[in-house]
Amino acid sequence: MQKQAIFQSKLLPYALVAPQLAVVLIFFYWPAAQAVIQSFLLQDAFGLSTSFVWFDNYVELFKDPAYFETIVRTFFFSFAIAVSSLSFALLLAVMADKPLRGSMLYRTLLIWPYAVAPPVVGVLWIFMLHPSLGVLARYLRAAGVDWNPLLDGNQAAALIIVAAAWKQISYNFLFFLAGLQAIPKSVFEAAAIDGARPMRRFWTVTFPLLSPTIFFLLVVNIVYAFFDTFGIIDTMTRGGPGTSTVTLVYKVYSDGLLGGNLGSSAAQSVILMVMVIVLTGIQFRFVERKVTY
Amino acid sequence: MVEQEGFRRYVAHFILWIGITIVAFPVYIAIVASTQDNALIANGQMSLLPGGHFFEVYYQTIFVGTSGSTREPVGNMMLNSLVMALLIAVGKIAISIISAYAIVYFRFPFRMPIFWIIFITLMLPVEVRIYPTYKIVADLHMLDSYAGLALPLIASATATLLFRQFFMTVPDELLEASRIDGAGPLRFFWDTLLPLSRTNMAALFVILFILGWNQYLWPLLITTRDDMQTIQVGIRKMITTTDALTEWPVVMATAVLAMLPPVFVVVAMQKLFVRGLVETEK
Repeated sequence: MQKQAIFQSKLLPYALVAPQLAVVLIFFYWPAAQAVIQSFLLQDAFGLSTSFVWFDNYVELFKDPAYFETIVRTFFFSFAIAVSSLSFALLLAVMADKPLRGSMLYRTLLIWPYAVAPPVVGVLWIFMLHPSLGVLARYLRAAGVDWNPLLDGNQAAALIIVAAAWKQISYNFLFFLAGLQAIPKSVFEAAAIDGARPMRRFWTVTFPLLSPTIFFLLVVNIVYAFFDTFGIIDTMTRGGPGTSTVTLVYKVYSDGLLGGNLGSSAAQSVILMVMVIVLTGIQFRFVERKVTY
Repeated sequence: MVEQEGFRRYVAHFILWIGITIVAFPVYIAIVASTQDNALIANGQMSLLPGGHFFEVYYQTIFVGTSGSTREPVGNMMLNSLVMALLIAVGKIAISIISAYAIVYFRFPFRMPIFWIIFITLMLPVEVRIYPTYKIVADLHMLDSYAGLALPLIASATATLLFRQFFMTVPDELLEASRIDGAGPLRFFWDTLLPLSRTNMAALFVILFILGWNQYLWPLLITTRDDMQTIQVGIRKMITTTDALTEWPVVMATAVLAMLPPVFVVVAMQKLFVRGLVETEK
């Protein structure tokens, strides 16, 4: 689609795109290119000499069982966060979609966690579930759970998943509510006249009609779990105990911070870039298809 | 709905209140903890009701910071976060709206390549190119500066795309009318297009402000001086690895203060925010 009515000017359009182009080239393309180049280089420990090693950094990574574990862990975290947060948000959205008194108030009370920063989310949850002083940890212990996420890797992972899913409820809730309100009410009425009970109506009518929203949110949640959980992990567990809460982004950060292996850290960045591009691609194709619905 | 059963409504109210409780509980705990005595919390004896140290703790948090260290007062961190969030929001909107204007309203050589160069930046968050970006910012001597905090986060295309889509829906007659009135391209932009884009700009501003305020990994890397720290970075540094030294009431007060601006913006601008969110993401 193109505008019919346009302006004629030789220099002005360039002046108008120049600021954004400059920022994007300097702070996006240059570092992205650097990451790709760096991933083909091997630097000695003192940074004195560098050699071009083709795909050695990548080969090293994939031979490293620890990296493979990190990939599996990241995907596990992502799905756990997405599924728990999506199902709870859907339940709330279905309830809030009913003609209830005070539904605006409910909405307001449910959407604000979107605005809470990941490190703050981490601080809130670690405080509640801290083994020695957490309010909730007290109840867990009273219930007979040997609760210590600072020592137990599985408990630490659970803690991250709960905190990350908590933050994402409001976002998913908003999109589900928008999706539900876009479904014409006559569809439900027709199903009700056919004798379908509410639960059956949900699974045979609402759920299929909502599936585009569900799929869209699944992709968004996975991307969220990849990147935005960094602040949560860093404040709650710093990747520990051991490496039980290290995700791909956290590994790029910690490997690069220790400074030992810039080539490997860059190769990890590039692999991450490819993953995000694939996820974004899926999302775009899907969104396009949805437009023609 | 066909059946109007009272019972089902009660169930709905009940489930929604459970949801709200789950969503609000951590924040309630933070507020309560920020008014209590640290010794009590450290013993695991924290009460679920507010304590009496509200003014004391908040005064210390905002103006002094954690004691026994050289950490900055949280008031200063909030100022840094505010400047960063405003720079990101205003800067991104400013450069995006003019480039979208150029791409929609002019035909010029390399128009489409330029559009694609900008478009591709949608794909990659700053996290995946974090070290090279750090190196470039360091080479440009922008560590510990507001420009260094904001510029790399301005470099993405979401806002450009949104404005482009919006400009496409603006009727051609408006441009012809203002041309008959003798207006040039800059005049048309300033007098016609900008006022029409007001709601779009406001919705974007809300989202970008929150995005900027909540940044963590990037400021963590590029700020080395304590006085340039943002509140998100500062709060993590307050949690010392030896639990005994963590001043939990101050940490919780900082968490509450860090939440206030973005949550206020979301609640106050709910309608705009929801619209902006659905438009940018879909």
